[in-house]
Amino acid sequence: MAKHHITTTINGDETEFLCEAEQTLLDVLRDELHLTGSKEGCASGDCGACSVMVNERLVCSCLVLGVETAGAQIETIEGVADGDDLHPIQRHFLEEAALQCGVCTPGFVIAAKALLERNPDPDETEIRYWLAGNLCRCTGYDKIIKAVQNAAQEMRGS
Amino acid sequence: MGNEEQQFKILNDSTRDAKYKWVGTRPVRPDGVDKVTGRATFGADFQIAGMLHAKVLRSPHAHARIVSIKCERALALPGVKGVITGADFPDISPQMRAAGESPVVVRDLARNVIARDKALYHGHAVAAVAATSPLIAEKAAKLIDVEYEVLPHVMNVADAMKDDAPVIHEDVFTKGVEPKPENPSNVVRRFEFAVGDCDAGFEQAEIIVEDNYSTEAVHQGYIEPHAALVSISEDDMATIWCSSQGQYMVRNYTASVCGLEISKIRVIPAEIGGGFGGKTTVYLEPLGVMLAKKTGRPIKLVMSREEVFRATGPTSGGVGHCKLGAKKDGTIVAAELTLKYEAGAFPGSPVQFGCMAGLAPYAIENAKAVGYDVVVNRPKVAAYRAPGAPMAAFAVESAMDDLAKALGVDPIELRKKNGSKEGTQAHYGPKFNRIGFLETLEAAESHPHWNAPLGPNQGRGIASGFWFNIGGNSSANVHINEDGTAVVVTGNPDIGGSRASMAMMAAEVLGMELDRVKPIVGDTSQVAYSDLTGGSRVTFATGKAVIEAAEDVVRQMRERAAKLWEVDVDVVEWQSGHAVCIAGGDHQPLSVKDIANSAGRTGGPISGKASINASGAGPGFGTHICDVEVDPETGRVTVVRYTAIQDAGRAIHPSYVEGQMQGGAVQGIGWALNEEYIYDDDGRMDNAGFLDYRVPVASDLPMIDTVIVEVPNPGHPFGVRGVGEVPIVPPLAAVANAIAAATDLRMTDLPISPPKLLDAIDSK
Amino acid sequence: MAKVVLQQGLADSFTDGETHWEIDAKDVRALIRELDAKFPGIGEQLNSRTAVAIDGEIFQDPLLQATPSESEVYFLPMIEGG
Repeated sequence: MAKHHITTTINGDETEFLCEAEQTLLDVLRDELHLTGSKEGCASGDCGACSVMVNERLVCSCLVLGVETAGAQIETIEGVADGDDLHPIQRHFLEEAALQCGVCTPGFVIAAKALLERNPDPDETEIRYWLAGNLCRCTGYDKIIKAVQNAAQEMRGS
Repeated sequence: MGNEEQQFKILNDSTRDAKYKWVGTRPVRPDGVDKVTGRATFGADFQIAGMLHAKVLRSPHAHARIVSIKCERALALPGVKGVITGADFPDISPQMRAAGESPVVVRDLARNVIARDKALYHGHAVAAVAATSPLIAEKAAKLIDVEYEVLPHVMNVADAMKDDAPVIHEDVFTKGVEPKPENPSNVVRRFEFAVGDCDAGFEQAEIIVEDNYSTEAVHQGYIEPHAALVSISEDDMATIWCSSQGQYMVRNYTASVCGLEISKIRVIPAEIGGGFGGKTTVYLEPLGVMLAKKTGRPIKLVMSREEVFRATGPTSGGVGHCKLGAKKDGTIVAAELTLKYEAGAFPGSPVQFGCMAGLAPYAIENAKAVGYDVVVNRPKVAAYRAPGAPMAAFAVESAMDDLAKALGVDPIELRKKNGSKEGTQAHYGPKFNRIGFLETLEAAESHPHWNAPLGPNQGRGIASGFWFNIGGNSSANVHINEDGTAVVVTGNPDIGGSRASMAMMAAEVLGMELDRVKPIVGDTSQVAYSDLTGGSRVTFATGKAVIEAAEDVVRQMRERAAKLWEVDVDVVEWQSGHAVCIAGGDHQPLSVKDIANSAGRTGGPISGKASINASGAGPGFGTHICDVEVDPETGRVTVVRYTAIQDAGRAIHPSYVEGQMQGGAVQGIGWALNEEYIYDDDGRMDNAGFLDYRVPVASDLPMIDTVIVEVPNPGHPFGVRGVGEVPIVPPLAAVANAIAAATDLRMTDLPISPPKLLDAIDSK
Repeated sequence: MAKVVLQQGLADSFTDGETHWEIDAKDVRALIRELDAKFPGIGEQLNSRTAVAIDGEIFQDPLLQATPSESEVYFLPMIEGG
């Protein structure tokens, strides 16, 4: 079976890869491109640990096939910080201690960023429902919600 | 009360003890940036050249004899490099224990890693195959032909304890009963812990409450599935990269199961994506070693979520009975607790800890707890946060609520009147030293939550919980680099921010800036043995080792300064990170950097180490307040307000102490309301995924308020008590008691899912 | 003399139900030897599978812990944790 040759843009860089028809975008990112910041927690779209942006849409990369991303603009956790400069969401996750084991954190950062780009001033309920597709088993979500609230406030400049 | 106030305080950032520079502050964790940028390497993130991918074939039956395994079709698939079955592993005598102090029965451990004669649960590993890609390995696993003779199965305590139940292990005869049984049984052992005379106690009682309770098996639910990469070099040295709660545990267990010497294995700990007790044993690593030997190639194994549910340890479900007898003045004169826990397919449920922990919060003259460890055709249970205690506390704390109602007293008053304190003799034996249970109750009573108004269909519950906390073996190395920065190496995986607290304790002793102290989790070849990360022991015990190693470094730096100044070391004091000469000459204080700079001239590099077996872990107590709103139309329960109060002894990094309390509380809320293993009639798990096994999500929950009470533990230099286990103990009953307050219904079977509660509401 | 207490389960298997003794021994090792002399076989069990609480403090590996006169010594299951 011949592999498929796909060209995409990942975190601003044109990227080519070969993949099997069955391989998900998550498999491609992790196994073919060694971008292991996106995590597999379930492979069924239930945990959000593999969240990435595809053409400015928040998706679970385990539910997207690699071959579907031809020509797409993909943003992963590896592209969120600007060199040494952390994104405000990343910084507030650290300041609020919004992670314990940290395996869900990349997914939460991507999902929270997608939320704040769409709605810069969400209330607590809106944050909780937007992040309901991302599971965290360590924190009870409390400090994650606070980190997103604080990041939103900073990003609004208020 | 005046005196009491001297001895404990409620921590907030303004009540922090000012004598400490770092203890009690909230710095950003040292490993944080890697974790928010995706750079941190977890178990599944490693890859090396030439590596093969392996998949495990698992039993489709709950209980079956393995008649034959034929691998020819799988091996014929292009890209397949090797298959292993139970027959590739050494057979192990029933007496063998893992090396060191571990009580683990290696034969059971080995047979859980891969079945030999019988498959004992749906998901039990039967064979493993290595191939050049994950897809090929997966296809190959389906081509392994296993012939099974399906046997009758038992799935719960009630069925497994029947006289005519199918027996899972022919060599298990119930221990702890007289006369000694002649026939094998699924009941592994009976435990009993007692003080006083229960029958006499109940005779004195003026009010008695009792009920039956049940809980379902629940999974730890860590987000990172198990993963391991194994490479064996030419000289037969195995290197294992994996995510676990203890690199030495992985080394020891893997060596035992594979028949290797411990010195032939080096385990390099990955970042661990959650464990909660579930990563205190091995599943994949021995399979990786045997496949690597067979194929001569490195082997990578990663579980799917379905495999995690079907094959790795949940904690026990089970049944319980609790009976409490009290005088009209509220003095509890007798208590009886019976617990029967599912161990899964091999002996070893945490029922004895449930028996001990359930009644520990109360000083009761006549108390008895009896436990039964029962094997069933489910995955072998693994530790889960305060193993065994939450189910026991669910029974006891629900009964306490009923007793308060029967007596017409406030549930906090009832707990205060009977609560354990310094000098109380626990029913399982020892007398408590200084503990902070009553202080958590006082903090609950004075918290605004306790008297806040409730809305329609809402109710408020309270419950308490206890965990022993343990110390154990820990090692730490502290070295001073040439530029005066420090490295702290410990042997405990950082599961919830412990690198921060290790660095803070070292910096406190060294008097250094925190950003000049680098904490590292060492592999098994870099630092001496440490018990695993669990039992709420790391900040306490490994912290003690770090403090001792740092004190060793301080002593050496004082000696070096004394040599430079040509004075006696006794006149050199260590103050705020500097050697200071207090007599015998006028010398400028020397910084760590100054001393490091001249270390070569004063005796060579400076390094300290400590290897200890820490005792003095102070028991932990917590009290939780929960408000729920019940939808009478659907039976759905929403937690609308929650406050967790706990004695932490001393919080090194309060944010991570709060995080433990919040995370534990939410796991307990999931246990109370949603989570359960569901099996079909054939003993096959029906809900092996996060869609159907529903852990709490952000939109299910309110903020979880926390109150850290500090009653310093006299057994630790800074007063630390373990905090990780306690917070999962109270929530089950706190939620049930809140539902009882909202609906006047006593729900005794978890989870209190909408259909179950709706049934109860409708039949009221 | 240390006051020594055994849990019921072990007592049923080894000591005919007896649970309380007063034993003169300098440490846990000596104390277990004394018990094993009275109840052959119990020593191995107590050495390998139990923790000890001495005056309220739990020791997981207690072999050489001192058991002073008047101390209270309880044998317990080794405590595990998550």
